[in-house]
Amino acid sequence: MALLEITGLTYMTQGKEILSGLSFSIEASEVHALLGTNGTGKSTLAYLIMGCEGYRPDSGEIIFNDKVVNDLKIHERAQIGITMAWQEPVRFEGISVRDYLSLKQKGTDSSRYLEMVGLSPELYLNRMVDKCLSGGERKRIELASVLELRPKLAILDEPDSGIDMLSTQDIINVINLFKQNGSSVLLITHREEIALIADRASQICRGKIVCSGSPRDVADYYKAKKCLVCDGVVCNE
Amino acid sequence: MNKLADLMKAFGEAGGDKAILENNEIAHLVASGHKLLSMKSVEGLEVDAKETLTGVSAKVTVKEGIRIKNPVHLCFGVLHKRGTQKIRMDVKLEKSSSAHFIAHCIFPKAEKVKHIMDAEVEIGENAEMRYSETHYHGLYGGIEVLPKSVVRIGRNGRYFADFTLIDGRVGTLEIDYSVEAGENAVTELTARVFGHANDNIKIKEKVVLTGKNSRGIIKTRVAIEDEAIAEVTGITKGNAAGARGHVDCIEIVKDKAVAKAIPIVSVTNPLAKVTHEAAIGSVDKKQIETLMAHGLTPEEAVDIIVKGILR
Repeated sequence: MALLEITGLTYMTQGKEILSGLSFSIEASEVHALLGTNGTGKSTLAYLIMGCEGYRPDSGEIIFNDKVVNDLKIHERAQIGITMAWQEPVRFEGISVRDYLSLKQKGTDSSRYLEMVGLSPELYLNRMVDKCLSGGERKRIELASVLELRPKLAILDEPDSGIDMLSTQDIINVINLFKQNGSSVLLITHREEIALIADRASQICRGKIVCSGSPRDVADYYKAKKCLVCDGVVCNE
Repeated sequence: MNKLADLMKAFGEAGGDKAILENNEIAHLVASGHKLLSMKSVEGLEVDAKETLTGVSAKVTVKEGIRIKNPVHLCFGVLHKRGTQKIRMDVKLEKSSSAHFIAHCIFPKAEKVKHIMDAEVEIGENAEMRYSETHYHGLYGGIEVLPKSVVRIGRNGRYFADFTLIDGRVGTLEIDYSVEAGENAVTELTARVFGHANDNIKIKEKVVLTGKNSRGIIKTRVAIEDEAIAEVTGITKGNAAGARGHVDCIEIVKDKAVAKAIPIVSVTNPLAKVTHEAAIGSVDKKQIETLMAHGLTPEEAVDIIVKGILR
């Protein structure tokens, strides 16, 4: 049994079907890249797996570790091992990086997690997780916090967006660290070089998985822009 | 136990360091009700304090060029259930002097207590004053706190004040601060208050930037729950060339509490600039969800967010 098994997931909002009977799975310790153009349902899928408010499936099941989690709240899912690094992490006034990294892991050495994401502990541990951080710094801190949680499944929603090109290798290193820690990763990305480090990849189009396989094959399929020109006809065949 | 010991015991229970009274290098003034209990000065600091019918009156002067190394502690309180304490302070920082005053206001048993602070502060040229006021209230809510201050800052002077009331019930709070900043002067006013039950909070802070290139920030952080009420008025006037002012107010509201923010900004010189931002509402949903994704319950998440804002 896969660590995460999604079957026939449908989600509608404001009369529009965002996910249409999507089925998908992630194995234990697998890095699974999810590719897709803007508006195809990648982040929606992430929010549904995490259980964000307002994101409950209209039909279908989300099964994690053999348990249907459709009705669990976010923190309940986090407590069984699912967590997420948001595409645009929020800021927190008055909460230091040190405190943020040890919200649930009191007494751990947060320094090394900062180093893992390419940030100096000396410079960052006492800073606030507020608007004084740049977008890229905030994303790295979010990744460090998720790493520190040692989740069974980490959903990384575009971990590379807002981070400079030169730091792509840092992101790749972080994803590999998740894998070394035994975590599975759902990796949402637009960058081919990042998707290629995954064990497996899938492409989403019009709320369905239209292609799964090796990252190379899926990236080629994605780059061929079949989805952009076929209006879903080819993909959904 | 005498009054001083009682007050210092309450101070210690509120987390204060009682050893400050015994340290010869730390100046202090301690008053319980209208009794002046203890006083110590240091070189360059003149304190002329006396008891009045309802409280204490003090003239405090930091002499020219003197920089007081350790914070000066002011410890005020009413330990009885009922009473009034009126504190009158006239503070003067002479040219090129500096001092940090820390006021501890302790009212652990107040059921019907009124604490009035009336201060006039004059900060001379190139002088700097920091004033931190922290309140420790009990759980009864029967206290009225009415702090009022008028501050004038001379050329190149600096004034930083922060007011904190996050422990215990607020009761009724009416802050009325007014600061006038001269040429190149800098001021920052910060207030952090956490209201519960039927607490009633009114904060009015005003910064008038009269001097060329003067700068001022009013920062207010209020969290209220149950049926508490808060009204925050931040006034900044830019009246000189190069003056820069900002009003920044965040109020977090829970349960049936009601919050209001009134930022008033005005500019009378075309080369001055004053801005404001105010956010009122419940705790940000995405902030809660982010913390919940770390395994915190919604209640734990809200608690951390509120404490962060009040920090």
